[in-house]
Amino acid sequence: MTDEELHELAGKQVALGEMRGAPAPDPVNVPMIRHWLTAMGDTNPAYLDQGLAPPAMAQVWTMQGAGQNRSPVDDLLAALNGSGYTGVVATNCEQTYHRYARVGELLTPATRLTGLAGPKRTALGVGFFATWNVTWYGDGDEPVAEMMFRVLKFRPREPEPERRPPYPLQPAVNQDTAFFWEGAKQEELRIQCCADCGELRHPPGPMCSRCRSANRSHTVASGAGTLYSYVVHHHPPVPGRATPFVVGVVELPEGVRIVGNVVDCPIGEVEIGMRLKVTYRAMDDRLVLPVWAPEES
Amino acid sequence: MIGTALPELSIELTPTVVISTALATRDFTPVHHDTALARAQGSKDIFLNILTTMGLVERYVTDWAGPRAVIRSIDVKLGVPAYAGDRLTFTGTVVAGADDRLTVEVRGRVSLGDHATATVTFTPEES
Repeated sequence: MTDEELHELAGKQVALGEMRGAPAPDPVNVPMIRHWLTAMGDTNPAYLDQGLAPPAMAQVWTMQGAGQNRSPVDDLLAALNGSGYTGVVATNCEQTYHRYARVGELLTPATRLTGLAGPKRTALGVGFFATWNVTWYGDGDEPVAEMMFRVLKFRPREPEPERRPPYPLQPAVNQDTAFFWEGAKQEELRIQCCADCGELRHPPGPMCSRCRSANRSHTVASGAGTLYSYVVHHHPPVPGRATPFVVGVVELPEGVRIVGNVVDCPIGEVEIGMRLKVTYRAMDDRLVLPVWAPEES
Repeated sequence: MIGTALPELSIELTPTVVISTALATRDFTPVHHDTALARAQGSKDIFLNILTTMGLVERYVTDWAGPRAVIRSIDVKLGVPAYAGDRLTFTGTVVAGADDRLTVEVRGRVSLGDHATATVTFTPEES
């Protein structure tokens, strides 16, 4: 469901108003009170002396086994789960006690959804706050206790993507070459040029061979090329690579040649003069290599 | 009366406390009694259920206010989980007293921070 549809469903469920659930399976009784007091370490004698239940036990009497009573809240929570908001954490529980329930009394809960707020950013992730009220009615239909309950239904954060092991052959990245590798990450084939006379040079270097200027810049090549020369590497093994593979010298229409692998092409079909286009391969989480594929593929 | 501090109550959250209170509140959700399952779901350990937090806040106030006090409301803002193996320490202060009602603010702290911040109103003696 979209966020709007979730709000629409919530609106419908709110409009249903209060819906009665099944009565408690047992009337308010001494054994359960005694058990509760013991577990809590509560030595207050008032409850058993007067035949009254501790007020904070209100919800205990009507705790249900799995899914016996459908309340207006259940459909909304199911829809939130189905929309990816699978995490749940309770944020508020506010109980008001009109009187203490008496031993022998049978309590019946009634639930109404009161609101859905969101989506909101929280420390746990993006989520919706769902709020509902439960009223417990006693023998005479008068309310004994009421509860406001609020939960955050959140979309658990995606786990960190698995880190790939670093590719064993890393280029030496320095001040002269960093622009090239940065370009590859952005899928740009950057070629160094002289900032004064405009001469292109590859591989990158510190000085222009034509005018001897040390001012440099770069241009972005079109990505087209023709295969000028190549070797097929069979042996020795290269860490991180499966042999055989093709290492080509690619001539760019801009006027320089660049070394790179020829990929996506059966080795028998690799030939000098073939038209290539640049493509990019992520070798690990940081290194992207420009490689060359046949133009028509 | 306003400004009076309640004596501190510190409860060692043994697995027995976490499990016996979960069962006494008829909450059979496995994260409150099955350590392996709680950990598999990403929790550090089994942890207190909300009904128990409500019960312990009630106990904390009536331990101090006495058996004649009548609890009118308990509002709890839930914080970090209270895991087995941790210690839950309650502190409280009387913050308001109007008519025959007193209001106490309660903090239940564990090692991770505030597990519960509560406001409890009660009548000191039923008339």
